[in-house]
Amino acid sequence: MSFILDKVSHRYSQGTAYEITALDNVNLKINDGEFIGIIGHTGSGKSTLVQHLNGLLKATEGAIYYNGQDIYDKDYDLRDLRTQVGMVFQYPEHQLFEETVFADVCFGPKNQGLPEKDCTLRAFEALRSVGLPEKYYYASPFELSGGQKRRAAIAGVLAMKPAVLILDEPTAGLDPKGRDEILDLIAETHAHYGNTVILVSHSMEDVAKYVDRIIVMNQGSVMLDGAPRDVFHHYKELEEIGLAAPQVTYLMHEMREAGMDVSTEPTTVDEAKDAILRMLGRK
Amino acid sequence: MGIVEAKNLVHEYITRDEEGNVEGIQVALDHLDLSVKPGQFIAVLGHNGSGKSTFAKHINALLTPTEGTLIVDGLDVSDENHVYDIRQRAGMVFQNPDNQIIASVVQEDVGFGPENLGVPTEQIWERVEQSLKSVGMWKYREHSPNKLSGGQKQRVAIAGVMAMEPKCIILDEPTAMLDPDGRKEVLHAVHKLNKEKGVTIILITHYMEEVVDADYVYVMDQGKVVMEGNPRGIFSQVDALQEHRLDVPQITALAHELKNSGLPIPDGILTRQELIEALAKIK
Amino acid sequence: MLRDITLGQYYPADSVIHKLDPRTKLFGTLLFIISVFSFDGLLGFGVITLFMFGIIYLSKVPLSFMVRGLRAIVILLLIAGALNLFLTPGQPLITLWKIVITKEGVRNASLMTVRMIYLIMGTSVMTLTTTPNQLTDGLEKSLRPLSKIHVPVHEIAMMMSIALRFIPILIEETDKIMKAQMARGADFESGGLIKKAKNMVPLLVPLFVSAFRRANDLALAMEARCYVGGDGRTKMKPLVYEKRDVGAYAVVIVYFVIVVLVKSLL
Repeated sequence: MSFILDKVSHRYSQGTAYEITALDNVNLKINDGEFIGIIGHTGSGKSTLVQHLNGLLKATEGAIYYNGQDIYDKDYDLRDLRTQVGMVFQYPEHQLFEETVFADVCFGPKNQGLPEKDCTLRAFEALRSVGLPEKYYYASPFELSGGQKRRAAIAGVLAMKPAVLILDEPTAGLDPKGRDEILDLIAETHAHYGNTVILVSHSMEDVAKYVDRIIVMNQGSVMLDGAPRDVFHHYKELEEIGLAAPQVTYLMHEMREAGMDVSTEPTTVDEAKDAILRMLGRK
Repeated sequence: MGIVEAKNLVHEYITRDEEGNVEGIQVALDHLDLSVKPGQFIAVLGHNGSGKSTFAKHINALLTPTEGTLIVDGLDVSDENHVYDIRQRAGMVFQNPDNQIIASVVQEDVGFGPENLGVPTEQIWERVEQSLKSVGMWKYREHSPNKLSGGQKQRVAIAGVMAMEPKCIILDEPTAMLDPDGRKEVLHAVHKLNKEKGVTIILITHYMEEVVDADYVYVMDQGKVVMEGNPRGIFSQVDALQEHRLDVPQITALAHELKNSGLPIPDGILTRQELIEALAKIK
Repeated sequence: MLRDITLGQYYPADSVIHKLDPRTKLFGTLLFIISVFSFDGLLGFGVITLFMFGIIYLSKVPLSFMVRGLRAIVILLLIAGALNLFLTPGQPLITLWKIVITKEGVRNASLMTVRMIYLIMGTSVMTLTTTPNQLTDGLEKSLRPLSKIHVPVHEIAMMMSIALRFIPILIEETDKIMKAQMARGADFESGGLIKKAKNMVPLLVPLFVSAFRRANDLALAMEARCYVGGDGRTKMKPLVYEKRDVGAYAVVIVYFVIVVLVKSLL
């Protein structure tokens, strides 16, 4: 059990005429080692929600427990929490600042107070795991291409070895191949370290392929929470709030309506392929 | 004669060291041939770094060819005397919605282009009204751009170009930084301009879903046109697209996988309906 | 965090003051400031008070909104007031141990405080009723004669309006980068001055890089829309004086003459 959110609400500009409720009474339990996708519109509260998990935003009401401890307790060290809960922001390449990629990746571990040698080892490990070619390690981060910068920035967070890794729209602006590469890389680190990964996205199709659990946010509340196939079962409700289920989910339902004897559960291309082949008796 | 005619277009970025000696030459456009007829909706696909943005900047005379010719509406972009005529006739919308809006009020931003062209005041107001209405942003005319969503900002940028009364609009990855709703809004607006006002559209993108309704598609890689044809023809070549770091819509990918598994399914399936019909025939 | 800061605020309302030409308001504010620093005596005070509150009433901006602008300078007012009160030499009024308050001190302190408050309120009438763009347009046109001596008036005005457009964007960006670095364990709060300055590097470098990237993008976007500088441009909202502006000029000048007369009569 790593996170428990108990009746968490967040209101911006509280008590003024401009008050906005970004989170409204959110109750959640996040377990160790889960791979979670958080989906919602711009303004659904998904980014606000994850910024609570490492204490960058403080709930205006409610409590958050990490490993059983109340993070709003006055003795609780929020900087320590931030080293355990890593956060990759949208367009993380915009936060690069050091003279070399390597030095930038070392920034996090150094802030954790690790000795020089450990920082170096961590940086090497992180850079290798994001698949950045070695010739760029000592180049200026500003000389890299967009996709490489993104990798370097993600390495900067991985080097802190966070027990929980949060990524806010990590594939924004990347081309299809670049998007797949980054998502594969995240899935690999999850498989390798068994850490908790929370992926914030507005693409159902990206998320369905990777995560075990989807949380759908709408207007600051949790609307749906469960395994992808259970969540996409509610594809009509999702459509009402302007979020579409993956195309294959629609396809399976429409095939069913057309009188074909096929499962409506598939959410990815591979699952759909298997289901159709099974229906036709080819498998 | 097309509205945009590229023949053997070459563009090289030359990097020099401090003494002015050539350090490296990067070929961004490599003998590109391309032709766009007036009133067409053209999509140019390519991964990040394929040279598609460099090409876009040539059509607007922001860059000039190193070799070869590019004719825009009968004017040669290499001829310095025509630069402003070309920019007026072939307007450009960029990727980042924030970095292309100049004024702090929507309608004043739309008026910026006509002001530069020396259009009389009265006509500026007419043009601003017409172009804001054509993208559905008229009721936001008094708003500050900072309060708008990404999709709305991009529509303001499109209105800003429309107010210059261009024959052709080039959109350089206009949706890369938007959420799914914003993407839909922008595409809808662009298609409407194409159909109702007959404006030639050149849409540069790496999102495959956006090119389904285009009249003709060019795929670029390493500064060359590597594939061209109507969307159906392009989408039937799934493997080739993947080689160029692109993918296909989920339904097309599924149809392709099923075909590879031995099912008699035709190439280039674009919609769920088409796939269901093809599957129904198998039984 | 930083999003609470509001800069260049404008209070939208439909009033005579809002409709005035920005040049009229610039001129009026200038004369008002001069009058605030030159008035004398209770009668003079009465005249400027009447004038200012009259204008505020006409502007339809709630008084509470004006007062809010004063909160930021309360400390400054108190310090300036105290310095004047205690340090002005002259005829002693009250003596408390070593502290001597003089008659001149009381006079100077109250005059000073009134002047500061009226200065802030007077100029905020202008900024609250004029959009930043109108203000730069007004400045551009008022300063137009300077372009004859090669002062780039148009360019300066353009820079001002672009700066106004990008301030909120850059504030938001600062907020974002700050959070991102804090998530990597950066500390912007503790430590001495030098350590604090050093800790700002991870914030300032990305911010500068981003500002330059935006500037570059914007320059390209302006060029793509045929921008070549001030020559040959037309205006979407050309500044034209209306009858009410003539009236306003007359009112302001009459007001100013009265303040001067009151001063010389006393």
